[in-house]
Amino acid sequence: MKNKSLVSISDYTKEQQLHLLDVAEGFEKNPRQNLLNNYVVATLFFEPSTRTRLSFESAVSYLGGKIIGFSDTSSTSVQKGESLRDTIRTVANYSDVIVMRHPKEGAARFASEVSKVPIVNAGDGANQHPTQCLLDLYSIRKTQGTLDGLNVAFVGDLKYGRTVHSLVQALCQFNCKFHLVSPLELKLPSSVKVHIKEKKMEYMQYTELEEVIPKVDILYMTRIQKERFADPMEYEKIKNSFILKNEMLQKTKSNMKILHPLPRVNEIDEDVDDNKRAYYFQQALNGVYVRQALLTLILGLK
Amino acid sequence: MTQIKELKVSAIENGTVIDHIPSKNVFQVIKILHLEEAGDMVLFGTNLESKKYGKKGIVKASNKFFKKHEINKIGLVAPNATLIVIKDFQVKTKEVVKLPDTIEDIVKCFNPNCITNHEKVTTRFTVVDKEAVKLRCHYCEKITDKKNLIIR
Repeated sequence: MKNKSLVSISDYTKEQQLHLLDVAEGFEKNPRQNLLNNYVVATLFFEPSTRTRLSFESAVSYLGGKIIGFSDTSSTSVQKGESLRDTIRTVANYSDVIVMRHPKEGAARFASEVSKVPIVNAGDGANQHPTQCLLDLYSIRKTQGTLDGLNVAFVGDLKYGRTVHSLVQALCQFNCKFHLVSPLELKLPSSVKVHIKEKKMEYMQYTELEEVIPKVDILYMTRIQKERFADPMEYEKIKNSFILKNEMLQKTKSNMKILHPLPRVNEIDEDVDDNKRAYYFQQALNGVYVRQALLTLILGLK
Repeated sequence: MTQIKELKVSAIENGTVIDHIPSKNVFQVIKILHLEEAGDMVLFGTNLESKKYGKKGIVKASNKFFKKHEINKIGLVAPNATLIVIKDFQVKTKEVVKLPDTIEDIVKCFNPNCITNHEKVTTRFTVVDKEAVKLRCHYCEKITDKKNLIIR
């Protein structure tokens, strides 16, 4: 994985992904190591993102690395009309690896072709967000002890949610059963379902949340955005059917955990936070270890 | 009794004939193969009679010989085209067009938010379905299909 950009989750083989999770476990035990001393990591956020950027910067800082970059483009030469190609080529001169988020789909792939240093995609429009996917895999394996043979429910906006698309694709490498819970308007697109079908895995679709709760090992919640509905009345009608409340969690499997990529708005009631099944904040913390593993592997330090 | 076949588009001595093009796509074929820049004679016809297809288009390019992966790109707009190489007025080879596995440069990605529609990037597609003509963008990973296909 040394010097290899990570743009899509499928850029890494299953074995490489699992190896990365193993390395991340080491960082969970000992996150403060001086491995990135004298290394410079660029974080270029052409589109704002608090969590992902802070998580990368935290990962680098714990390892003693230096960070250069920007968190929005307002004070950069991008504002003057500089092309992405030129920005990347320039920053590649100043850093050992570039972490980037960009509003256009395919921007990270393009950057990886013009950059002399490896690129880590921290989100390209609605396309890919592979480090989120890796931290989801890490969180699932950590809480369930395995990635094989699990019952996984995805709830909410399955049509536009890129984290859902990448994670479904990644879980297709393992023998999982998918429970897809969404309003009819926001069903998982056929371009993603095709991966499930190719691997001949089982999937079921639901429009009600309650009935899947007792069946699953992982309940992966996502936010439903009002803007996704052409008719606001439709949104009003369905919005309460996909909210998770503590009282709904009485009959679950004992190993069941609730995941959410965050930010949450109201789809998980705050009274769930203290339930032992709530795992989403720990999930966000796992992102630091996974990113530490990724950066050290790419730089050939692990 | 010998039957005289009247040619609506004259024969060429050396070069390539592309037959069985859908009439409305003749100009796209010319564009894909950059024949508008050709230095030698290029003949074309549209709405010619065809036993197989009712009506068809044809292009004859003198002294032009294409690399396979170059000429196969026309499969995007002429999936049933016949490619004929002519030497000394004789048919040298004759084959049916076959869409290549990857397409570079000529197709525009239909996703308006794709980086290729905002930066100077050569487009690249993997042909995921040769029958139905479905192309997956190497950059944004979205599928451009036949009804959204624009030649740039």
